[in-house]
Amino acid sequence: MEKKDFHVVAETGIHARPATLLVQTASRFSSDITLTFNDKSVNLKSIMGVMSLGVGQNSDVTITVEGDDEAEAMAAIVETMDKEGLAG
Amino acid sequence: MKKLKGIAASDGIATAKAYMLVQPDLSFETTSIEDPEAEIARLDAAVAASKLELEGIKKKASENLGEEEAQVFEAHLTILSDPELFGQINAKITGEKVNAEAALKDVTDMFIGMFEAMEDNPYMQERASDIRDVTKRVMAHLLGVKIPNPALIDQEVVIIAHDLTPSDTAQLDRRFVKGFITDIGGRTSHSAIMSRTLEIPAIVGSGSATADIEDGQTIIIDGINGEAIIEPTEEQITEYQAKAAEFAALKAEWDLLKEAQTLTLDGKEFILGANIGTPKDVVGANDNGAEAVGLFRSEFLYMDASELPTEEEQFAAYKEAIEGMEGKQVVVRTMDIGGDKDLPYLPLPAEENPFLGFRAVRISLERQDIFRTQLRALLRASVYGRLAVMFPMIATVQEFKDAKAVFEEEKAKLVAEGIAVSDDIEVGMMMEVPAAAMIADKLAKYADFFSIGTNDLIQYTMAADRGNERVSYLYQPYNPSILRLVKNIIDASHAEGKWTGMCGEMAGDQLAVPLLVGLGLDEFSMSATSILKTRSLMKRLDTKKMEELAQKAVNDCETAEEVLALVEEYTK
Repeated sequence: MEKKDFHVVAETGIHARPATLLVQTASRFSSDITLTFNDKSVNLKSIMGVMSLGVGQNSDVTITVEGDDEAEAMAAIVETMDKEGLAG
Repeated sequence: MKKLKGIAASDGIATAKAYMLVQPDLSFETTSIEDPEAEIARLDAAVAASKLELEGIKKKASENLGEEEAQVFEAHLTILSDPELFGQINAKITGEKVNAEAALKDVTDMFIGMFEAMEDNPYMQERASDIRDVTKRVMAHLLGVKIPNPALIDQEVVIIAHDLTPSDTAQLDRRFVKGFITDIGGRTSHSAIMSRTLEIPAIVGSGSATADIEDGQTIIIDGINGEAIIEPTEEQITEYQAKAAEFAALKAEWDLLKEAQTLTLDGKEFILGANIGTPKDVVGANDNGAEAVGLFRSEFLYMDASELPTEEEQFAAYKEAIEGMEGKQVVVRTMDIGGDKDLPYLPLPAEENPFLGFRAVRISLERQDIFRTQLRALLRASVYGRLAVMFPMIATVQEFKDAKAVFEEEKAKLVAEGIAVSDDIEVGMMMEVPAAAMIADKLAKYADFFSIGTNDLIQYTMAADRGNERVSYLYQPYNPSILRLVKNIIDASHAEGKWTGMCGEMAGDQLAVPLLVGLGLDEFSMSATSILKTRSLMKRLDTKKMEELAQKAVNDCETAEEVLALVEEYTK
C-alpha cells in the first residue's frame, strides 16, 4: 500500500480542471485509489466523489493507493499534483 | 409548401435544410424489471453511445470553436466514466428492480441537488448543470429519441428554435448557419442581435416555427420581409435565388459606401454612428463604416460580473473602445441599471413599477461611490481618443446639474493627482423622459448634446409598457406626439448651438430616417449593420423636401398611419 499526504496550495482547491485531470490520471490504473479529507474518504476515480468533498485551498489531504500498480499510480498522481500546481 | 410569418429581424435571403434546435420529450414511466443484468446492459449501451457522441462533439468543438468550448464536453466525458455515479445507479437497478431510466434520474437528481446546494461555490453549481446535460444525453439514448447536437452541424442549415440563448449560439459553427427562425422574441432579443452580428437572415416571434417545421425540411428564409417557405416548389427556389442575388447586389452597392461621407442628395452632411455593447463591437462598427459610436452601453461591465467592476476593469474597456475608434467620437452612457436589468451583487428592493422607479442616473446620484468609480475610469480613458459622456434618465435640470458637478469634481481630483485628462470631453444627456423633452430649451443651456432614446421616450410618452403585448399597438414611433417631442428637442439644442443624436431603434428605421432628416437630427446611431443601408437611403433624400415632409407630419397629421402615408408620398 502506498500512502502520501498533500497540502493543497491551489487557490481554487481541488476543483475545476485540476480535479478532472486528477481523476483521469487515477482512472488509468487498476489499483484502488482513495482520497481522504476531513475523515471522509472517496474514490479518486470518481469526479463526483472528489468534488463532493469540497477541498479548498490550504487543506491537508491523504491519498492511498492499493493494488498491483500502486507505485506507478502514486508516481503519476504526484506528477499531476506538481504539474497543475495543486499541492506542495 | 407552407408559409410562415414573423418579425423580420435581420436582412438577407437563404435556402437550406431545417435544423431543429429543440429539446425532445424525455419523460418516462418508472417500471419494475425482472432482469437487472439486462437492464444494466441497456444502460451501459446508452452510456457507450453517449460517450461516442461526446468524443465526436469534443473533437469538432475544439477544431471549430476552440479549446475552451471543448472543455465542457471533456467534463461531460469524465462524468460518464464516474464509477461512483454508475455504481450507485447499478445498485439501484439491482436492489430495487427499477428500470434504468428511473435509477438514472434518481441518482443524478441526488447529485444535482447536492451540488446546487453549495451556494457559496458557483463552480459546483455549474457542475450541477453538467450532470443535468449528461443525464439528458444518456436518457435520450435509453428512450431512443434524438437530442440536438448543434456542435456537430457540418452542412448548411437554418436553425429552428423556440428561442436561442447565448450558450446555444456559442456552440454553432458560423460557417454552416445560414439563418435563424424562432417562435418567440423581438427585434432586440439575443437571437435577433446575434443574427445581425453574423449578417445572416433571421425571423423571430414566428409563434409556431418549431411546431410547423420538421427536421431536414428545405426552408427558404426571407429576413427582409420576415417570411419563410417550408418545402418550397422549384419555381419558388428559383424565384428566391433571384431575390437573393438582387439583395447581394444591393449589399455590394452599400459596401462601396463604407469609406464615404454621409451626404443627402443636396449635399447636407449627417453623422451615422453605431450602438455598441462591448469594446469588441468596435470592429463591427468600423467594418460597417461608422463615423462614431453614438451609444456605448456600459451595462455589460456590470451585467457580466459577479461584483461591481473596478476602476481598472472599466478603464481598460473604455480605453479599448476609444482607441479602436481612432479619433472618432465615442459616446458612453453611464450606468443604466434598474428597471428590467438588476444585479445579483447590488440588491435593489423589488418595486411595483421598476420602469418608473429607482434606476439609471437616479441610482448613480445616490450611490455616488459607484458613479465616481465609473467617471474616473472614463476620464482616464479620455486621452486615448474622443470621448463623450451622457447620463441616462435625466428628468430635471437639477439632476443634470448634480451629475455634471460630480463629473467636474472627479475631473479636478484627477488633474490634481497629476493624471492626464482630455480637455474637450462633451457631457450630455439621454432624452427619454417626456418631462425633460418639454424643457429641452432649459437643459440645452447646460448639456453639450442630447441623445434621444426612442424606446423609452415612446413608452413613457404613451404610458405603455413596451414588454406588454396587449398594449404593443401603442408603440408608435411615427405618431405626431412623438415627432413633436423629437422636434422640440432638436430645435432646443440648435438654439443653443448644441447637437442632437438618436440612439434608439427609430434611428435606423428606414421609414423614420426621412422624417428625422427633415427635423434636422444631427447624428443617427444604430446597429452597425444598418449603417450602410441608411447611408445609401440618405443619398437619395433632398433636405428641403424632407423638411416640408417633417413640417406637415408634425403640424397636419393626426395619426401614425397618416404620417407613414406622407413619408411614402415624399420618398417615392
